[in-house]
Amino acid sequence: MNTPNQFLENLLKLMNNKLVFRLDWMSILLYVSLVVFGIINIYSTRFSESNLPFWDIGSPVGKQFWTFILCLSALPAILFIKSNLLERLSYIFYVISIIGLIGLFVFGQTISGATSWYLIGGLSLQPSEFVKITTAMVVASNLSSLQTDIKKRKHLFQILFLISLPFFLIILQPDAGSALVFVGIFFVLIREGLDLRFLYLFIGFILVFILTLLYGYFFISIAALILIFFFYLLIKRLVPKTKKLPFLICLGICVLFSYSVSFIFNSVFEQRHRDRFNIILGLETDTRGIGYNINQSKIAIGSGGFFGKGFLNGTQTKGAFVPEQDTDYIFSTIGEEWGFIGSSLLVLLFTIFILRIIYRAEKHTSVYSRVFSHAFASILFMHFFVNIGMTLGLVPTVGIPLPFISNGGSSLLAFSFMLFIYLNFDANRLN
Amino acid sequence: MIKKSVLVILTLGTFFLFIFQLILLQLFNSEYSQLSENNAVEKRPVYPNRGLIYDRNGILLVANQPVYDLMVIPENIESFDTLELINGLSISKDELLNQLKKANRFSQKLPSSIIRQISKENRAMFQEKMWKYRGFYFQKKLVRDYVLPTAPNLLGYTSEVNSNELNEKSEYVLGEMIGRQGIEKTYESNLSGKKGASFYQKDRFNRIIGTYKNGEFDTEPESSENLTLTIDALLQQYGESLLQNKRGGIVAIEPSTGEVLALVTAPNYNPNKLIGRERSRNFSDLLNDTIAKPLFDRSLQAEYSPGSPFKTLNALIGLQEKIITPKTRFKCNHGHFYAKNAFMKCHCPNGTSNDLIKGIYNSCNTYFAKTYLRLIENAPTPKEGLNRWRDHLEKFGLGNYLGYDLPIGKKGFIPDSKYYDNWYPNGSWGGTTIISNAIGQGEILTTPIQMANFTAIIANRGYFIKPHFKKSLFQKEKDSPFIKNYTLVDPQHFETVIEGMHQVVEKGTARVARIKNIEVCGKTGTVENFIRLKNEKTQLTDHSIFIAFAPKDDPKIAITVFIENGYWGSRWAAPIASLMIEKYLTGTIKRKWLEDKMLEGSLMDEYAKPISGKPFEINE
Repeated sequence: MNTPNQFLENLLKLMNNKLVFRLDWMSILLYVSLVVFGIINIYSTRFSESNLPFWDIGSPVGKQFWTFILCLSALPAILFIKSNLLERLSYIFYVISIIGLIGLFVFGQTISGATSWYLIGGLSLQPSEFVKITTAMVVASNLSSLQTDIKKRKHLFQILFLISLPFFLIILQPDAGSALVFVGIFFVLIREGLDLRFLYLFIGFILVFILTLLYGYFFISIAALILIFFFYLLIKRLVPKTKKLPFLICLGICVLFSYSVSFIFNSVFEQRHRDRFNIILGLETDTRGIGYNINQSKIAIGSGGFFGKGFLNGTQTKGAFVPEQDTDYIFSTIGEEWGFIGSSLLVLLFTIFILRIIYRAEKHTSVYSRVFSHAFASILFMHFFVNIGMTLGLVPTVGIPLPFISNGGSSLLAFSFMLFIYLNFDANRLN
Repeated sequence: MIKKSVLVILTLGTFFLFIFQLILLQLFNSEYSQLSENNAVEKRPVYPNRGLIYDRNGILLVANQPVYDLMVIPENIESFDTLELINGLSISKDELLNQLKKANRFSQKLPSSIIRQISKENRAMFQEKMWKYRGFYFQKKLVRDYVLPTAPNLLGYTSEVNSNELNEKSEYVLGEMIGRQGIEKTYESNLSGKKGASFYQKDRFNRIIGTYKNGEFDTEPESSENLTLTIDALLQQYGESLLQNKRGGIVAIEPSTGEVLALVTAPNYNPNKLIGRERSRNFSDLLNDTIAKPLFDRSLQAEYSPGSPFKTLNALIGLQEKIITPKTRFKCNHGHFYAKNAFMKCHCPNGTSNDLIKGIYNSCNTYFAKTYLRLIENAPTPKEGLNRWRDHLEKFGLGNYLGYDLPIGKKGFIPDSKYYDNWYPNGSWGGTTIISNAIGQGEILTTPIQMANFTAIIANRGYFIKPHFKKSLFQKEKDSPFIKNYTLVDPQHFETVIEGMHQVVEKGTARVARIKNIEVCGKTGTVENFIRLKNEKTQLTDHSIFIAFAPKDDPKIAITVFIENGYWGSRWAAPIASLMIEKYLTGTIKRKWLEDKMLEGSLMDEYAKPISGKPFEINE
């Protein structure tokens, strides 16, 4: 007779042996529910213009639906790839994807100002979505090699180069939104031991950047001078040996950065860029021109109330008041039709999803898997923060999709593959 | 540890930030729902067709007809044949270009109307070419159709609401039609019904993309009411034709009901002039004619001295106050001295002795001057005498609004003692001072409808029902106009006066008004009148007046005819009144010669006199 203990032991063995039982089903569940919810909302945004059923490939929803089916069918294949094979192929994938980015300048298709797409037989493909995966892989690969020490300047620059290359190639398209996502990999570097001072510096720069836009570089220079001076006096009292030079350098950087921000903002940026920042910072109100999108998005979300207007009943959605509502602004549809309940639930799901990935990543024994999973979580976070922040009017208008939800084949494919690779690593972490 | 938690902290921070912002936007801000509704929901009124208007015999007077506004959506315009368009719709090139420019400035995507109220015929001819004009289309609109073009003064008209009305009446919105003047105004709420509303879903270009929530909030319009008027349209039209080339008014009332049978004013205009493309030009033409004043309703608004017909009222008051009896006689020698050096002329030959009936049918000034004098002087004070006289007249509906159901009118004027105290302080006035009142001149002013109303009182032997224009089915309502308003004069006194009035037609001043087989009672009037010309009081030819009712014993019609500057009452007013009575009671006119004379007669030369700038003769 089997004792209960024996039974449990057997079960554990079975679970460790069978891939099915080792899978992170919670993430899969989150994934499926997000994509399905996304398709429902894409259907709603496009409801008024076509009455094709959601599975018809001719409709925008149909494309998304069949892409989802394609992803699901690719899932087993990706799960069975040996994880060290992926690790070894990281650089090759990276190089291929970089070539893909460079190729855009020759063969790319320009849609609304950005040369970000290949058109192949009626299908459009956005390489920048896939570069996110390969960059995550290559950074993971680089960090996992035994020689690499992120604290060494040379190695750090190596990694920074790997990240910057796609970053600048995408900036040139120009697609600032997608490029911004690569900044997220910075969080991985911190996690992997990058000096925290870089983080403080980073936060400092952002603060100076925003304050400069708000109050002008002259005010910031004076403020920095006073603050740093008092800080110096304080430290000096505590540690009498403190040198003046680091503080002077710090001040110089502050003033220079503030001045250059001001210069770039006023002389290099075009008016449309300036407007985006000005509206978010409350320096300008404009509900007709550039601020129209944000304003309409807020109206859509705000008018949803607690319970929402109901599926297919969003007046803002039906009237197409919010541009790009099936892609970048899809959260406004959710806010309008599903109300506070739906939108806060979605925010909760994303938060759980990201935290779940981070939590599981920490358990990985392989550095490669861990870094990759962290990178995945970071990229997911960047999209989540920038996209929903934008529709809520908290972040300047930056066009990036909401992962798994927004309409767009490349985005769904890339995020699905990234998730599947994570699932693969996660399921095989004991091997 | 911090390094490991950076992303976790950021994620959680973002979570709370987003939830916080969602709470702010969705739970604590009602403004967004309103904004979203303003954005996306368009309420479009659904109008019931405006009520039709019929005459008392069921003849359709006012219906609705479609006209078409040419609309344009500037962004859809492709090059087109300007010449064909301006010829086809007969507008000038400048106007078209001007309107197109305006439309362009208004909106590229929204329609603007560039030519308004194109007739259905004109539109039908152009419709087949419309395919050539992308961006243009016709929009249907209902306006009034005056099937039987008559009585514009009484029907009123409709036009778009103005900004004052929009402020006062919240139920109207810009571009809607509202009744103006006449029946259209008084019965606006009956005729317009209650509009319903359809809610439509708009997109961001303000284009309608479907119904809002499948019409869940739509309301049906409440249908409008068709009106039946008391007017006899054929009689009205006949009256209008009789008054052509004259100025004045005719008011005919059915005495037993107070129903107004005809309300004619001249000069007049065709109500169809106030619809269609030329309406605003036509309207200002009418408005700017300050000499003939076609928009001035003489039957309701003109205050004249009533003249001799007023003698009937003084006779009634005299009888009631026991100043005279039917047998009372007064002598008249071409008039009489009512005071030292004050002679009132009369056309009675020397040595005439009139009793009351004879006094009426000969229209003896002396008779009524003496009666009036007694009325004033026999009272304890002239003041009391005058006020008593005025109390009587008030009961005859004079000196105040009658309260009929049309929006315009005048009070007329009946002087009281205060009025004369003002002119003659310390009570220095007496019967002789105000003797002109005896014969309907002096200070008294009445409107033709007031005169028709007191004629109806005489016909009714002592009461009137408020004149009205809408035929009502329910005559027993408490607040209905069907209350008999009695005078202070006892019924038996009326018979004497009526006999006098009958004699007026039979052998008195208005024998021309006699109709075979119908006993007509009437009273002529020839009213002196003055205008200020070059700052001088100038007398013009007398107004010709006639009041009448018939048949004598069962009156069906009471009528007042007022012809400005027509001279003798028997010259114009009496024949016209007589023809109207004959038309109404028999349906045909046997006295063709009289009809022709009235139809062809013109007083235009008379009216030209005072404005010619030359000296002129009066009372020719």
